[in-house]
Amino acid sequence: MRHLDEYRDAARARALAAEIARVMTRPWRIMEICGGQTHAILRFGIDQLLPPGLELVHGPGCPVCVTPLERIDRAIALAETPGAVLASFGDMLRVPGSGTDLLSARARGARVAMVYSPLDAVRLAEKEQDSQIVFFAVGFETTVPGVALAVREAQRRGLNNFSILSAHVLVPPALRAILGSPQNRIQGVLAAGHVCTVEGYADYEPIARQFGAPVVVTGFEPVDLLQGILLCVRQLEEGRAEVENQYSRAVRREGNPAAKTMVREMFEPVDRPWRGIGVIPLSGLALRPAWREFDAEARFPYSGREAREPAECISGLVLQGAKKPPECPAFGTRCTPERPLGAPMVSSEGACAAYYRYGRHHV
Amino acid sequence: MCLAVPGEIIEITGGDPLTRMARVSFGGVIREASLAYVPEAKPGDFVLVHAGFALQTIDEEEARRTLELLEQMGGAAGEAPE
Amino acid sequence: MSEFALSCPAPLEERERVLMAHGGGGRLMRELIERMFAARLEPQHETDSAVLALPGGRLAFTTDSFVVRPLFFPGGDIGSLAVHGTVNDLAMAGAAPVALSAAFILEEGLEMETLRRVVDSMAQAARRAGVRIVTGDTKVVERGSADQMFITTAGVGALIQDEELAPWRVTPGDEVVLSGDIGRHGMAVMSAREGLALESEILSDSAPVHGEALSLLRGGIGVHCMRDLTRGGLASAVIEIARAAGVRVTLEEDRIPVREDVRAACELLGFDPLYVANEGRFIAFVAAGEGERAAALLPGAAVIGKVTEAGGGAVTLRSVIGAARLLDLLSGEQLPRIC
Repeated sequence: MRHLDEYRDAARARALAAEIARVMTRPWRIMEICGGQTHAILRFGIDQLLPPGLELVHGPGCPVCVTPLERIDRAIALAETPGAVLASFGDMLRVPGSGTDLLSARARGARVAMVYSPLDAVRLAEKEQDSQIVFFAVGFETTVPGVALAVREAQRRGLNNFSILSAHVLVPPALRAILGSPQNRIQGVLAAGHVCTVEGYADYEPIARQFGAPVVVTGFEPVDLLQGILLCVRQLEEGRAEVENQYSRAVRREGNPAAKTMVREMFEPVDRPWRGIGVIPLSGLALRPAWREFDAEARFPYSGREAREPAECISGLVLQGAKKPPECPAFGTRCTPERPLGAPMVSSEGACAAYYRYGRHHV
Repeated sequence: MCLAVPGEIIEITGGDPLTRMARVSFGGVIREASLAYVPEAKPGDFVLVHAGFALQTIDEEEARRTLELLEQMGGAAGEAPE
Repeated sequence: MSEFALSCPAPLEERERVLMAHGGGGRLMRELIERMFAARLEPQHETDSAVLALPGGRLAFTTDSFVVRPLFFPGGDIGSLAVHGTVNDLAMAGAAPVALSAAFILEEGLEMETLRRVVDSMAQAARRAGVRIVTGDTKVVERGSADQMFITTAGVGALIQDEELAPWRVTPGDEVVLSGDIGRHGMAVMSAREGLALESEILSDSAPVHGEALSLLRGGIGVHCMRDLTRGGLASAVIEIARAAGVRVTLEEDRIPVREDVRAACELLGFDPLYVANEGRFIAFVAAGEGERAAALLPGAAVIGKVTEAGGGAVTLRSVIGAARLLDLLSGEQLPRIC
């Protein structure tokens, strides 16, 4: 596959790893923000090619992992509402809420439809005029433009049975919270390539300056990740703290202006609790008042019980990069993909599931 | 997060700017994607598609430059930088 | 292309759909059995049990159920799947298939035309595989109690050699041979699932593999264990054998053949081809040094790894960039993801 296979080339990967080793003179701790990057690192074993002393910390870029319990509980309640169908990406179906998950709810009769695109949910609404279709809108900045367009499309088709439950979250506020935390030990950052495809990377320039941490916009294939790490290590070695773009074939500094405009027209930042971390101000998105008729929160009253996380789950510490999954007392024993205590064990790119699947619990 | 895959635009299937769709080929597998956010994209271009939406056209020149940089580095690996 | 059946069945009069009465033991059921099943599958007639003449010694015996959705997918259907799956289970034990049974659970309201297509397909698959469906059963359940149709089969086969094929025979030094490229069936079914809207030419690899599998034995290859890949894909099959045998296995990712379009479909959905379902592929653990010779006997095959040492039951995959990771079983089906 073009524009993909070239970045899985073994020789290129080895050359990059060698250069990283050559350039490094002291230990460094770098965080890759995106769960998809974590997934690739563990799937291809990229961390094994790195010199000892270079520690990769897995960040909170897994929207599935950070979607607050209350959102999931609400989604399940909607799925269980007579006359309603909850449409969701596959990612969310196994994530446990306070009590159960969407797939288990479906087994008990709740109506849950798996979709591959927000437009599929709109088509479903058009097909099933007698049902209320609610789309569970999770995802970072990458996914919001598509959701925005889907809402617009629902309006264009005159659908009154379509709405979204927004659980969208934003990267820069979370990054600020992590780098600004007194426990922070992260020195450099690999920014999420596809988030930046949409938003660009100008927003990271003040962050890099304020915290003295280099930020390298990085792709998702082994060669992308290794090149991003190399650029970051070089900056750290040279005492620089700038924003660089490794993923230049897909990211421009200004991002995608058409997508950004659409998102800002239809959504506004709101405070959002991040599962396991807590409330990060203005880190979530909600539909603006003009679009409120498509907001499931406005359309459906919810008297949910208080969302409660199992006490043992330390997903917040893992997501912030403060602990690695194997350091959790429940990892691999009381918490497994079959019986997860928290979201990072369920999501395909949650740090805990990635460690479990790729065998780091044996190490 | 954000699984986005590069594919080649085979055919644009009309529509006004916001509803413009295309058949995009990913290694021989074809799926429709919205081109609403890449209005300048044309058949033959590669686009990055996420959840049914093209988010950006792949910049061929930048791709070439990236690979060239990697080739140079490959030759110089282990030696002093040029 | 359907083959011309010598006993051309008269159409069941005007019954467009399966009714509860078709399972009721009365006239409608007799009609269904005679005109739908017996006319196509040529079972032994009029007895509750088929009687088989089998060679002396040991038999292989297997059973399986088929619940695939959608019923018809690119490259196959539930009927051909049922025949191939059963024949392949027998082949993995080193047995030449002799006879199959087929029991149907039909949902009230199932279109007769759908049933006809499935049974025709089974008949054709059985003929091509050189095996007979000698007995069967039919039940009808109320609308909503079954997803159109479930098929359960059983099969008996005659072992072609005395040496058992089983995990306990796997030993360090053994080489792992994969009979062909992986992931076609799972991705063909996914392409056909409503809502995914993939245009692809991926066809299921559903096929009988007994010819190939037995050719290894007849070719004098030292085969220790074989397993056909089904749900859970290549990874699951290797892991199961490694655990049962208590050995460590290493696989080389860049030796595992995957077609480009299958790989692309996996990339689109976020699937790992190693865990995608297959229906016409198998792995064989063969004696050290015989891997290449075994692979040469099977079109499209490859030696993908080897048994490194005793103890543990872990499978390691060396990725395309040369680093290793442990392979584990997935807890459930892979779900398409956007993250």
